[in-house]
Amino acid sequence: MNIDWPWPWLPANTDDIAEATSEHLYLALLPVLVGLLVSVPLGWAASRWTVARGILVPLAGVLYTIPSLALITLVPLMLGTQIIDPLNVQVPLAIYTIALLVRSVSDALRAVPGEVTAAATAVGYRPFHRFLTIELPLAVPVIVAGLRVAVVSAMSLTAVGALVGIGGLGRLITEGFLRNNGVELVAAIVLIVVIALIIDALLLLAGRVATPWTRAQRGAGATA
Amino acid sequence: MIEFQAVTKRYPDGTVAVDNLDLAVEDGRITVFVGPSGCGKTTSLRMINRMIDPTGGRILLDGKDIRESDPPLLRRGIGYVIQHAGLFPHRTVLDNVATVPLLTGQSRRAARARAGELLELVGLPTKLAKRYPAQLSGGQQQRVGVARALAAAPPVLLMDEPFSAVDPIVRDDLQQQLLRLQSELDKTIVFVTHDIDEAIKLGDRVAVFRVGGRLAQYDTPSELLARPADDFVSSFVGRDRGYRALGFLDAAGVPIGPVTTVRAGEPATADQLTDGWAVAVDAGNRPLGWVSTELLSTMDGSVDADRLVSGGSLFEVDSGAGVTAGSLRNALDAALSSPSAVGIAVDGDGAVVGGVTADTVLAALADARRAGEVPA
Repeated sequence: MNIDWPWPWLPANTDDIAEATSEHLYLALLPVLVGLLVSVPLGWAASRWTVARGILVPLAGVLYTIPSLALITLVPLMLGTQIIDPLNVQVPLAIYTIALLVRSVSDALRAVPGEVTAAATAVGYRPFHRFLTIELPLAVPVIVAGLRVAVVSAMSLTAVGALVGIGGLGRLITEGFLRNNGVELVAAIVLIVVIALIIDALLLLAGRVATPWTRAQRGAGATA
Repeated sequence: MIEFQAVTKRYPDGTVAVDNLDLAVEDGRITVFVGPSGCGKTTSLRMINRMIDPTGGRILLDGKDIRESDPPLLRRGIGYVIQHAGLFPHRTVLDNVATVPLLTGQSRRAARARAGELLELVGLPTKLAKRYPAQLSGGQQQRVGVARALAAAPPVLLMDEPFSAVDPIVRDDLQQQLLRLQSELDKTIVFVTHDIDEAIKLGDRVAVFRVGGRLAQYDTPSELLARPADDFVSSFVGRDRGYRALGFLDAAGVPIGPVTTVRAGEPATADQLTDGWAVAVDAGNRPLGWVSTELLSTMDGSVDADRLVSGGSLFEVDSGAGVTAGSLRNALDAALSSPSAVGIAVDGDGAVVGGVTADTVLAALADARRAGEVPA
């Protein structure tokens, strides 16, 4: 394997890299978004009913331990999708996201103090309105923490999809490996890591902007 | 008026939280539900705004069965103050208070303006409006809780052990403020506490509950102290009930005797003292403490304000009208807690007007008893 300087492969292939990058983002982020949307009601159910929690949380734990390659190859058999359908990667990613977030959402909702929900009920919130405007916002810090883990792992797991012929930056890794092109291989890895870090930082920032109360210092100006 | 008619709450496991409760809460008064843990006082409170529904009997609010009301709409018309305040941590103080006006459809601007007025009413500086609840002390949070409950101007206010999580000094402050607010607002308040002293201090009427959700006695505080219905109430009311009952007797009949005063910073001699004691006062005749013959002999001839014996509680009288504003309890406590056995009587400005002794207070009590003013 040789890594040439000044890497003539890079400028010659920017279009391909850009296409692989956007493909990678689409493959990774859409399932995380879907997973988030599914996790909120599931996590709510788990926070509310002991039975739901007893089923969903252990199930999520088991799902998360299934190796990604196994899940990616199993999906076409279960869903009847074509072998190179993007869903083969996206469905497992959504499952991993749900596995991660159901517990986060459930724990975060359970951590909302009982007197806060009781007060919300007592002042006249209807249950769904209370969930959207009181409980869910209070769960945001924990959900964002889970989401950051989910996004970073989705960015790296998407690369595995290249092994079953799905595009994205993983394709450049396998290609680089087969063609003995070190620059292509390293560029793809660096891009995956850098993009994952950027998204992670953006989520962190968005989470902080959305939850100003978490930075309110206790005791600032408080007297009797 | 809130009426409980044969109200029972029985849980599926057979526990009875409230057992056949019959009780009428009067309008414009503070009614306190008091009792030990597990007596059903909080359950009874929460049945009024349908946080809990009874399994038997009915509750009428102004003559209407509350089961006919949609719970969220019913609750928006009933203020609710919870233990630990239960403020929404993600909303500023102002937005917490504006919650109910917003729920009832007011514009954000109107709701916030209303919230601002309420913060002022409960004595919170407006600079706290933009803070988050975590930035406030426990006492401040509880004030915000009261402001939030009052925001929609509900005629009924439910208070569920609102002051139990703050320290005694702050609690006393919050209790005084509640009484002050009530004298202006005339709400129908149902207040739950496990503290009998709080119940007696705040309640116009007190309902004592016993374990198992049965009402043991429903009476005015003075009746409760003077005539407990049974051994349970008597033991719950406590050992000092005779002494505390004095708090409900006007001290108008207690004669205010003379008390010797010496001015701090000025010369004084032992023969100026009476029975070896005098009250040291400042330029406004306000008491600073006591000086004894022994202490004076160590003071280089003039009264040293920094070395006085601290005084007892003060007994406040309204010297202008010639009548006392305090109770027999205040008068007796002033005498008992004074190092010289003479309690200091002060006027509304805090200036010394005279002294009271324990035997004059007890003589006044005996007179009141003869005149039939003391419930026997």
